[in-house]
Amino acid sequence: MIEFHQVFKRYEGGHEALKGVSFGLPRGEMAFLTGHSGAGKSTLLKLIALMERPTRGQIILDDINISNVKDRQIPYHRRKIGMIFQDHRLLFDRTVYDNVALPLVIAGVSDRDIPKRVRAALDKVGLLTKERQLPIQLSGGEQQRVGIARAVVNKPPLLLADEPTGNLDPELSEDIMNLFAQFNQVGVSVLIASHDLGLIARMKHPVIALKEGRTIRNELAEVDFA
Amino acid sequence: MSATKSGTKKSSATSYRVSFRDRFRTALKLHKENSIQTLLDILRQPTNSLMTILVLAIALALPSAFYLFMTNAKAVSQSWDGGIKMALYLEDSTSDKQAQELLSQLNSRPEFKQVTFVSKDDALEEFKDYSGFGEALNYLDNNPMPYTITLEPTASFSEPSQLEALAQELSQLKQVDQAKLDSDWIKKYNSILTISEQIATFVSLMLALGVLLIVGNTIRLAILNRREEIQVIKLVGATDAFIRRPFLYAGFWYGTIAALLAALMVNIVFILLQQSTSHLAQLYSSEFSLLGLAPSFTLGLLVIGALLGLIGAWVSVRKHLKDINPQ
Repeated sequence: MIEFHQVFKRYEGGHEALKGVSFGLPRGEMAFLTGHSGAGKSTLLKLIALMERPTRGQIILDDINISNVKDRQIPYHRRKIGMIFQDHRLLFDRTVYDNVALPLVIAGVSDRDIPKRVRAALDKVGLLTKERQLPIQLSGGEQQRVGIARAVVNKPPLLLADEPTGNLDPELSEDIMNLFAQFNQVGVSVLIASHDLGLIARMKHPVIALKEGRTIRNELAEVDFA
Repeated sequence: MSATKSGTKKSSATSYRVSFRDRFRTALKLHKENSIQTLLDILRQPTNSLMTILVLAIALALPSAFYLFMTNAKAVSQSWDGGIKMALYLEDSTSDKQAQELLSQLNSRPEFKQVTFVSKDDALEEFKDYSGFGEALNYLDNNPMPYTITLEPTASFSEPSQLEALAQELSQLKQVDQAKLDSDWIKKYNSILTISEQIATFVSLMLALGVLLIVGNTIRLAILNRREEIQVIKLVGATDAFIRRPFLYAGFWYGTIAALLAALMVNIVFILLQQSTSHLAQLYSSEFSLLGLAPSFTLGLLVIGALLGLIGAWVSVRKHLKDINPQ
């Protein structure tokens, strides 16, 4: 699903966030990305979502070399990826329902299908009864689940999560991780950046560890070729 | 794109793609929703938008008022054009008989509907009446006034250029000393009018530019206000067109509402002025009445307002949306 080939990323100002990262995430696999803050986890996820472009190296997503995706096509590229953030990134002036419906409205899904699919997504994250509420009325864990519902509502083949449990207590964190595992079981590829090593160990999924922009542990096959 | 190729082998678990028909329908629906929603937003928050709209309306009302003024000023000068008269002053040496001959000759020409002969004595009397020299003129040895023939052209010959040519022709006649048109001051009036028109055009263009800048700035603020929202919807795959649309509609509505208000303002001023001008026209025993904004002009004003709003928003959106990217 995702392949990194010797990917470098240097930010303006000279900071080198990634220094030659290579790995491959097979389709339908779920993996964790670990490392201290500043190790390059967020940069790696941003490169996949084309929020940043790599300085060097190739990234293949869904059989497409994403260096070839033009700026104009980025929105369509992002529709293939469900993204979840530590800070949820919800729209606080819209209801839970409207937040979850947003990707569908943007993609141009017909009016007739939207309610069905929004409710299916909310049902999966256990928030069906809260669709009329505003995000501010929900707890942190619930807000994160709204974010997850929004990420999965248009059934993307890939989920990326950046510290999805960062602000949650251990019990809620485990709930959220199990939710990701459920999506993975129906065929969605999942890559989660997290530094909650205890939780990751219990989940029994492959781990890629980054340190100062380099891979120090890679339980996924390293794909490396010319 | 190879995306379509890989689409065939994907399971039903992933279905982020949407048929063209649905996308098209949704686009239409979004246009409808965005246009209504932005209009409601503007109307619902009068404190935010009222100032902007008022400024825009004034900027649009001024050129309209100029235009109305020019139309009326031109109408006034046209009503005078028909009234131009020509005077022929004959040579001193002309005898009574020669003058009478010329008179009958002119009478037979089709250009004039009325030809009046003013004898030397009549001319002197008239001069005495309105020059104020009065009795002083009695001390003159002989009458210095020339024979005068006043000519009133028919309607089909009252174009200033035709009269000009006619005066030229008549001044060549043997007994004619000078042929004078009393249109000089109309010419002056018209050239002042032309200058005013140029100034008004220039000022109107500046005001149109002002409208563009005001709408652009308002939209810029709206974009900055919704910065985070824009970042979020970019993250979930919104195209620039999707993000742009509500802002363009906002610009469109600003322009349109302001133009409506401008038309209203000008019409109110018009109604207020109508009474005083008709009073003035009465004093001059003229039948002139003030011309209002033509429906076609009002329509044009709306179109121009909407276009200026749209262009201002477009420029602003182009400049500022680019800078907002998800972090």
